[in-house]
Amino acid sequence: MNAPVRIEVRDLRLAYGTREALHGVSFDVHAHEILGIIGPAQAGKTSLLRCLNRTIDFTADARMTGSVKVDGVDVRQVKDVFGLRRKIGMVAPLPVGLPLSIYDNVAFAPRCAGLRRRDELEALVERCLRQAALWDEVKDRLHTLGTRLSGGQQQRLTIARALSHQPEILCLDEFSIAIDPVTTMRIEEVLKELRRTVTILLVTNLTQQARRLADRTLFLWKGELVELDRTEVIFSEHPRERRTYEYVNGMVG
Amino acid sequence: MTDVPFQEPTGEGSGRDAGGLGAPSGSDAGAERRFVRTAFVRRKERFEAWARGVFLAMAAAMIVPLVAIVGHLTYEAWPSLGLEFVLDIPRQGMTEGGIWPAFVGTLYLVGLSLAVAAPIGVLAAVYLNEYARDNWFNRVIQLAVINLAGVPSIVHALFGLGAFVYAARFGYSILSASLTLAIMTLPVIIASTREALAAVPRSFREACWNVGATRWQTIRSIVLPNSISGILTGVILQVSRAAGETAPIMFTGAVFYKAIARGDLFAYRLDEQCMALSMHLYTVTTQVPNVRESVPYATAVVLLASVLLVNATAIGLRLWLRNRKRW
Repeated sequence: MNAPVRIEVRDLRLAYGTREALHGVSFDVHAHEILGIIGPAQAGKTSLLRCLNRTIDFTADARMTGSVKVDGVDVRQVKDVFGLRRKIGMVAPLPVGLPLSIYDNVAFAPRCAGLRRRDELEALVERCLRQAALWDEVKDRLHTLGTRLSGGQQQRLTIARALSHQPEILCLDEFSIAIDPVTTMRIEEVLKELRRTVTILLVTNLTQQARRLADRTLFLWKGELVELDRTEVIFSEHPRERRTYEYVNGMVG
Repeated sequence: MTDVPFQEPTGEGSGRDAGGLGAPSGSDAGAERRFVRTAFVRRKERFEAWARGVFLAMAAAMIVPLVAIVGHLTYEAWPSLGLEFVLDIPRQGMTEGGIWPAFVGTLYLVGLSLAVAAPIGVLAAVYLNEYARDNWFNRVIQLAVINLAGVPSIVHALFGLGAFVYAARFGYSILSASLTLAIMTLPVIIASTREALAAVPRSFREACWNVGATRWQTIRSIVLPNSISGILTGVILQVSRAAGETAPIMFTGAVFYKAIARGDLFAYRLDEQCMALSMHLYTVTTQVPNVRESVPYATAVVLLASVLLVNATAIGLRLWLRNRKRW
């Protein structure tokens, strides 16, 4: 891999109170790759993402040690944490339409960042909604409530919102659990398109989704990084670790 | 008997297989058997009806005191009631006439105390709910709020007397009395506001933080617009409490009688003492001899009607705001 390193995680440990959720994880994420993150429940996938954009700060008893560097800067040293969060788009597993109009949902982040020009905002909203494969369905009712959309549409709205602050890194946390397969495929196409401009971290419970999309795949197991390799290797007959083989083939109880 | 509720139809069904639930026996007889009323089902239904009846009776019993109070007061007050009673000043040594000075005094006291308590209370609640971390300092604040809410009003009165009348040199005045009422209502406003804020789902806040919104941006654009109805309701409900309290204002700024012009809305200055409805009710009932019998009742009706009017406004406001709520 010759691409520059965007995210550098070294010996990341995260504890909620006395329970350690991540036991020293180290890996790099390269520019313009899609890194799949797979692992069963309680593996620490979501915690890992929350360390990247420091929303872990909002959990009172969480303690984080080790280092997470985004573009060479340790996230805990970052002064403008809001800028950091804008640099990293985050899509949560369950759709959250903010109680605002569809337009305002997407325009929320740019406005928070200080963008006021109407024409720019409108162009941005349209582009993000198109990228999230939602534009055609909502273009005639941009000023109705985002919360009135169906679950799948809200999830795409969430994706549009995550794209609206023009992130350089996009984290998707099981984005497809609320969306039908057809829409999922459309968004997967979008992701392939997006990787030319952004770096994508894709947490997924559907191992096949990681197989389809990811350049490299990372297997987390109970807070420990078991294996990180090219996706072909992870899904081959002979990954380095036996646990990886068992997990991706559904043999772990 | 309770172990196998579905498989034991009383009387009939003996000899058939007992796999009622989920067993696709294919015949209509099997389907029919699933809805047979067993002894257990009948007992369950009996308890259900009984429980419902008891709860309903208790809830309905609440209507009785309200109707009794309002009915009795209105009946007794009838000879004096009318717009004239509200607008006129007390006459003949407070045995006749109206209650205008007391009415205006209560307006002043309640208005001023809420003008102080509402902003402080709401902002404090926003801090406690949105910003405060779980450390000793904030736990002390929480404890203070809870305990302040439990302090009896007569103790507030004494505190107001010492703090505002003497220490702050506001004297016996509307200002002292209002501040005392404000301190009394503050903790309740804080509690109700926090409840309204906590009702906004955390996922909304997290979604905002994820896109780089600051706490304040989140509060301004998402949290407050969606909790404003609850906040306002909580504040307005404190009007009735402030209007009804006698002890705090008696110690700090309410007087038996004060001469002002009939119907004059701007009769008092803030450093003056004033009359108040609750105080006036106490006075004409216990302190003044030979009062016309309907006067205390009419005073009570005016107090009650004002409070109910304010509460009704609160309910209307809440309905209106809730219709605009967005999730």
